Amino acid sequence: MSNPPNFESFSCPTPLHPGERIVLGHGSGGRLSRDLLERVILPALGDTAPRSLDDSAVVELAAGRAAFTTDSHVVRPLEFPGGDIGRLAVCGSVNDLAMVGAEPIALSLGCILEEGFPLETLSRILSSARDAAHEAGVFFAAGDTKVVERGKADGLFLNTSGVGRLPPGVRISGAGAKPGDVVILSGTIGDHGIAVLSAREGLGFETDLKSDLAPLNGLVAAMLAAGDVHVLRDPTRGGLATTLVEIASQSGVGIDLEEGTIPLHGPVRAACEMLGFDPLYVANEGKLAACVAESDAEKILAAMRAHPYGAEAAIIGRVREDPRHRVRLRTAIGGKRILDMLPGEMLPRIC
Amino acid sequence: MKYLDEYRDPKTTAELLAQIRRTVTKPWTIMEICGGQTHSFLRHGLDAMLPAPIELVHGPGCPVCVTPLEQIDRAAAIAARPEVIFTSFGDMLRVPGSEQDLFAVRAKGGDVRVVYSPLDALAIAGANPDKQVVFFAIGFETTAPPNAMAVLQARERGLKNFSMLVSHVRVPPAIEAILSAPSNRVQAFLAAGHVCTVMGYWEYEPLAAKFRTPIVVTGFEPVDLLRGLLAAVRQLESGRPEVENAYARLVSREGNRPAQDAIGRAFLECDRAWRGIGVIPASGWKLRDALAEFDAEKRFDVGRIAPKESPLCIAGEVLQGVKKPPECPAFGKQCTPQCPLGAPMVSAEGACAAYFRYRT
Repeated sequence: MSNPPNFESFSCPTPLHPGERIVLGHGSGGRLSRDLLERVILPALGDTAPRSLDDSAVVELAAGRAAFTTDSHVVRPLEFPGGDIGRLAVCGSVNDLAMVGAEPIALSLGCILEEGFPLETLSRILSSARDAAHEAGVFFAAGDTKVVERGKADGLFLNTSGVGRLPPGVRISGAGAKPGDVVILSGTIGDHGIAVLSAREGLGFETDLKSDLAPLNGLVAAMLAAGDVHVLRDPTRGGLATTLVEIASQSGVGIDLEEGTIPLHGPVRAACEMLGFDPLYVANEGKLAACVAESDAEKILAAMRAHPYGAEAAIIGRVREDPRHRVRLRTAIGGKRILDMLPGEMLPRIC
Repeated sequence: MKYLDEYRDPKTTAELLAQIRRTVTKPWTIMEICGGQTHSFLRHGLDAMLPAPIELVHGPGCPVCVTPLEQIDRAAAIAARPEVIFTSFGDMLRVPGSEQDLFAVRAKGGDVRVVYSPLDALAIAGANPDKQVVFFAIGFETTAPPNAMAVLQARERGLKNFSMLVSHVRVPPAIEAILSAPSNRVQAFLAAGHVCTVMGYWEYEPLAAKFRTPIVVTGFEPVDLLRGLLAAVRQLESGRPEVENAYARLVSREGNRPAQDAIGRAFLECDRAWRGIGVIPASGWKLRDALAEFDAEKRFDVGRIAPKESPLCIAGEVLQGVKKPPECPAFGKQCTPQCPLGAPMVSAEGACAAYFRYRT
């Protein structure tokens, strides 16, 4: 048997000079564009790069249903504790596919670059996208690069679309929750939002907290093998509360949550208390919420806990009948309140 | 988490609730002054656990809510100027002005930035010598000391491109105004623990005596709130109106002297208009004349400001505890956190936002 490919030792044949930056010509479609592709993009993507440079990718799909999704990624800073925009772009689309139970196959990668963006940073970010693609078992079937003038973009924007294969019989949708279902959360909430916030300048607190950014298709496969899953959703922007409100509304049910059972890391809790944020509304990038059949809940929970991205999974609530489709939270001190979607942007409080 | 879990302990909470239940014999109307306390009551579902004879009414202690419309409009006019970087605490960006909020100014090209501390605004001024950096200095006694420090440091460093749009307010004159109003229903106050951490509570003693009304210095966690309520109910039941400190782990009678000193060096008492309520004598702070060069109102001539309030919004009555948010005909209909007509629907401390978020 031959050795597995070793990407750690991969190096570009014509290394980048430090200080080299994107110029408008890199988006011209001419020689400079070709140069960018061959010297930076393709080497960084390594074996996950498009296999042909034709106008369209041709992807083999078995007979049956396919899932298809797209997502654009803008984040500041581009690199943050626990990840970067490259890994984010891959995980975003992989997770969107996984949340309908699809097995991700291939992604497209669109880059919008701002004039002056350092090539070294681009290479680093695309290498990180490659590592995430390896982890998720996908490749980049197609790609595109555009350059805009300085000041017309925030360094780098990425768009990924993804296509995945739906196994026969798998029917997962936000409308699938049924009264009696058990609500499971795959781990702690708020890590991504607070990690990104703390990496921005001027926040005045330091933490070694990392984003939870991760591809969840492996975890989902383990769950589907363990039992009857009705709903999967990754609580990204808007947080867990917004996700559950959406599920309740789509499924026409109510949801009861126990505040005390929702996993939360100490530093996230401390940061939220300080800034006046509710962790239920803070973004996650490597977590999922599921509504599962009551009879299979323990089996599914055990399968999740056996997976590295579900080690802290917990049962956090129940689906119930409610003509008003409300999500109710029983607070740690035994009070009750209603959860609503996040209205607009979350703003830190004054005092 | 230390200093938090013990004040959210379900067992202690239940014990305090039982004590309140045993103490209360007739209906009492109690106002929590601070919007942070309003949110804490609703966020923990604590208000619904109180015995029925106790009615909570929500006070005007939301800095975002009471900042006068005229100052919001002035902020928008200054922020729209091309030479200005306008800095503000995050909450203020979504407060509706007559025509627009600061988010809208930003969308139209204004350089509006959220800062977490007024010292961040000073740093921005230092890094952008070719720009005019303006900080929106609003809030109660809690934000006044850091804002005072910022302007005093600006003078020390000789910063020529920094100024503040000041709209500070003080709690004691607001309590006096509420108690003096003919429509007043409030029989006891929970005073704001963080305000008293800075100012102490000696200022409240003449008020409690003059109006024969209990004023209890109260914190923000469930256990703190219930301790404050229990003290207020005990006073009401025994007819003993005094200032009482139920937040002694942080508050002393004298308060934080260096912080008060900084306020005194930067600010001077003045009459101040409270949004939805009107002018309350001696209820504000403005910059001292010696610091006039840092006054954004003097530095930028934005012409006459003619504020126009929404005719539907009853924010004034809500802030005075006369009405509750759901009694407003626009509540949850024309007025929501996404599209607020009045400031109390905006802030993390606004009473209307608290009801909308936790009750509807």
